[in-house]
Amino acid sequence: MVRPLLPLFCAATVLVAAVLAAPALGQDAPRLTGQTPPMADVPAPPVPKWVRDDVRRMRAYPEQPPVIPHSIEGYQLSVNTNRCLSCHRREFTEGSGAPMISITHYMNRDGQMLADVSPRRYPCTACHVPQADVAPLVPNTFRDMSELGARPAGSE
Amino acid sequence: MTIDITRRAILKAQAAGIAAAAAGIALPAQAQPVPGGVGTLDITWSKAPCRFCGTGCGVMVGVREGRVVATHGDMQAEVNRGLNCVKGYFLSKIMYGADRLTTPLMRKRGGVFDKDGDFEPVSWDEAFDLMAEKAKAVLEEKGPTALGMFGSGQWTIFEGYAATKLMRAGFRSNNLDPNARHCMASAAFAFMRTFGMDEPMGCYDDFEHADAFVLWGSNMAEMHPILWTRLADRRLGHEHVRVAVLSTFTHRSMDLADVPIVFKPGTDLAILNYVANHIIRTGRVDEDFVSKHAVFMKGAVDIGYGLRPEHELEVRASGAADAARMEPADFEAFKTLVSDYTLEKVSQLSGVEPDFLEELAELYADPSKKVMSLWTMGFNQHVRGVWANHMLYNLHLLTGKIAEPGNSPFSLTGQPSACGTAREVGTFAHRLPADLVVTNPEHREHAEEIWKLPHGLLPDKPGYHAVEQDRMLKDGKLNWYWIQVNNNLQAAPNSDHETWAGYRNPDNFIVVSDAYPTVTALAADLILPAAMWVEKEGAYGNAERRTHVWHQLVDAGGEARSDLWQMMEFSRRFTTDEVWPEEILARSPDHRGRTLFDVLFANGTVDRFPLSDLDPDYANQESRHFGFYVQKGLFEEYAAFGRGHGHDLADYDRYHEVRGLRWPVVDGKETLWRYREGFDPYVKPGEGVRFYGRPDGRAVILAVPYEPPAESPDEEFDFWLVTGRVLEHWHSGSMTMRVPELYRAFPGAQVFMNADDARRRGLNQGAEVRVISRRGEIRTRLETRGRNRMPRGVVFVPWFDASQLINKVTLDATDPISKQTDFKKCAVRIEAV
Repeated sequence: MVRPLLPLFCAATVLVAAVLAAPALGQDAPRLTGQTPPMADVPAPPVPKWVRDDVRRMRAYPEQPPVIPHSIEGYQLSVNTNRCLSCHRREFTEGSGAPMISITHYMNRDGQMLADVSPRRYPCTACHVPQADVAPLVPNTFRDMSELGARPAGSE
Repeated sequence: MTIDITRRAILKAQAAGIAAAAAGIALPAQAQPVPGGVGTLDITWSKAPCRFCGTGCGVMVGVREGRVVATHGDMQAEVNRGLNCVKGYFLSKIMYGADRLTTPLMRKRGGVFDKDGDFEPVSWDEAFDLMAEKAKAVLEEKGPTALGMFGSGQWTIFEGYAATKLMRAGFRSNNLDPNARHCMASAAFAFMRTFGMDEPMGCYDDFEHADAFVLWGSNMAEMHPILWTRLADRRLGHEHVRVAVLSTFTHRSMDLADVPIVFKPGTDLAILNYVANHIIRTGRVDEDFVSKHAVFMKGAVDIGYGLRPEHELEVRASGAADAARMEPADFEAFKTLVSDYTLEKVSQLSGVEPDFLEELAELYADPSKKVMSLWTMGFNQHVRGVWANHMLYNLHLLTGKIAEPGNSPFSLTGQPSACGTAREVGTFAHRLPADLVVTNPEHREHAEEIWKLPHGLLPDKPGYHAVEQDRMLKDGKLNWYWIQVNNNLQAAPNSDHETWAGYRNPDNFIVVSDAYPTVTALAADLILPAAMWVEKEGAYGNAERRTHVWHQLVDAGGEARSDLWQMMEFSRRFTTDEVWPEEILARSPDHRGRTLFDVLFANGTVDRFPLSDLDPDYANQESRHFGFYVQKGLFEEYAAFGRGHGHDLADYDRYHEVRGLRWPVVDGKETLWRYREGFDPYVKPGEGVRFYGRPDGRAVILAVPYEPPAESPDEEFDFWLVTGRVLEHWHSGSMTMRVPELYRAFPGAQVFMNADDARRRGLNQGAEVRVISRRGEIRTRLETRGRNRMPRGVVFVPWFDASQLINKVTLDATDPISKQTDFKKCAVRIEAV
């Protein structure tokens, strides 16, 4: 069933009104909308800790690059060494228990499969990012396609 | 070790859980069908360019039930061939922040507009009525120069084009500027001054042809990640390829550098002249190329710093009055000027090891190496940004390494349509479409003809540029101001004293159109809710001259409307009698008594494509509202400026079929390398190379010296402050900070500092500190181990965080020629809180 969109928009309007009336939307909402008044100096909250529980997070949609459930502080990613590959490369996954790099990463610019990870996929952090252990600044109303009636074979 | 054990333990537990769950499921005797049939799994996929940087990646956007449910890199897009950066992969979520603006909001008290009131929802009619009333009052009292508009390189081509028509022809004001002024004005000015035509001669295909890459003030690994994958592919896939990276601190792009160069802020100018000197001294000038295709000039010197005219640095600058002057010179004069920039002297000035400087110079001097130079804000946001661009062209022109595959000075852009809209459409205060300028009477006349408007209508004086707009708002000379698709209170320099003071000046009426309640929107008097990205049909132009178009894929929520709809609908509230002088109407009585909508948009050209031309598979809010195919009409009228003049665009409909085309598009074919025979249809057989933007067909080699920054550290303010971006957030973060995954990836600004500097001040990692300049201060947290490794005496603060407005601290010094702010060099001190 299609849910009518109107209530959602009304909810969003109320939220905006809330933003405008009072600064507190989330714990850290000034990061989105500024201080009150905007030019005021206020304390900077402490730097949050990284999520490091190693629990894989569900992707918002199949094409989403997985987020990194551990810290990558101090990881070297240079011409000579790539710390990410030392666990996630195909040959090392048995020992590390880490997920293998997606097969798409073995494809060159022309769509041909290579014997190892394509150099164009070398900068891992262009797509894969660790996550700080913080609540979103504002809810995101993105809806998962599974909520929109997509159900796979075998689900009934 | 501990971490590994934990990870393994968890993985084991998970595996056990999955096995147990599997065991509990009765396996069916035969395969089960998809409930409702496989059609229920369908996603409607359509192409669009990415919403973020100037790379212009193609994305496929998946829609179900009127909502974007997924995005991925477009395999057929030549730019990115299936890849996106993390921001691009999360495009699906940028439109769905719960605080989307869905209705106009007006500051009111007691039911009526009050600049000091609180925001209350109002109808579009009430919003436009007040805007029109305020505009008419200002026009009446002060005339067109008190009206202004500030747009951006995120406007679609149609929106920028509608804005330039509405402001220049409608309101007769050139006070129209894009935030691209803060971004690549220096590059655009240098293109015009060197080649007589804007934008790069090469294209991204140069990445697969170059033997060496030199980054001058660009951190591509973070700011243009997909172009970085093309560079990495080339560097790591071919052993002979070399990469040099120049910056004022060590960043991610240095990770692939064979020649990493950290120089003292501002001394890149001296390094550039040293490389020119090295090329000449070692006899590697391509004399044949230079004699046929280049001309030598020398520039005005001591040109000031674009501060307010009464500032002591401006008063003292002998060349400030005529900063853009170029005089004829010759090779000997150029040689003499650069001969001063010896290896020893430049090494000492810049703080760079002589060996690195020589290695760098050899990349250019060695005739066997094809060199691609890349730059962005390090060059452009520079008080001598235009010079820096010139000095780099000098190197490519002296060696003839230009306008052919792999030999390519390439100016990157930071916004999706910095080129397509800000530059090609010409939304700068002095420009008209297709490189025409408001100061040239023939250009104005040409525009008036295409627009079917009376001669003498278009104003001839350049309007206020971005920084000047803020100053004029503060000074009360600009009183009605419409900001669209940018967050200037967060982006503009010295914002507390200039921008904020200007917006809140009681004499001024400020309107902000945005999708979200940004810090700029909340400082306005009226907020208009904007439709964004695939909520409207659009067209962007990326950094390699690629024009790409997309369809409206979903509807905007509530009453949000595109900037295009807003401008066109607003134009109905004015008649020519109200805004044009009597003498013009007397000469052109046909225009009398008509609305601006009639004369600008229902002019027989823009409205000539019927709704039946629309693709029935896609919505188009603006066209359905106005009753004609708005985007196609605007595009085709606009394209008339460039066709046959080296800026040829294809027919509009073709852009819906392809993944963009690089102009000039002649006989249906795009142009990859301009100015070279065989690649560029505008170069005639036998000419070889011709820089046809200039009447003599030659490019300019400009002799200009090193001059110091506007403000340097001293005893009281002992650090250089550099501002910029991070990979995970785009610009002011108004979209990316609302995507939970991107927010969590970089959840707030920090000040990056050298660990020794921190230790000497007794500051620890994570400590709360103040970053203080002569203009203002912020409180932030200290980072000494992060991705940016700072040299002693330099700190870096990104500007995406609205709770830490670093532009309160920055200096509003600009390049005196391009008027682009230098966000990379001012003096601060750091104190513990």
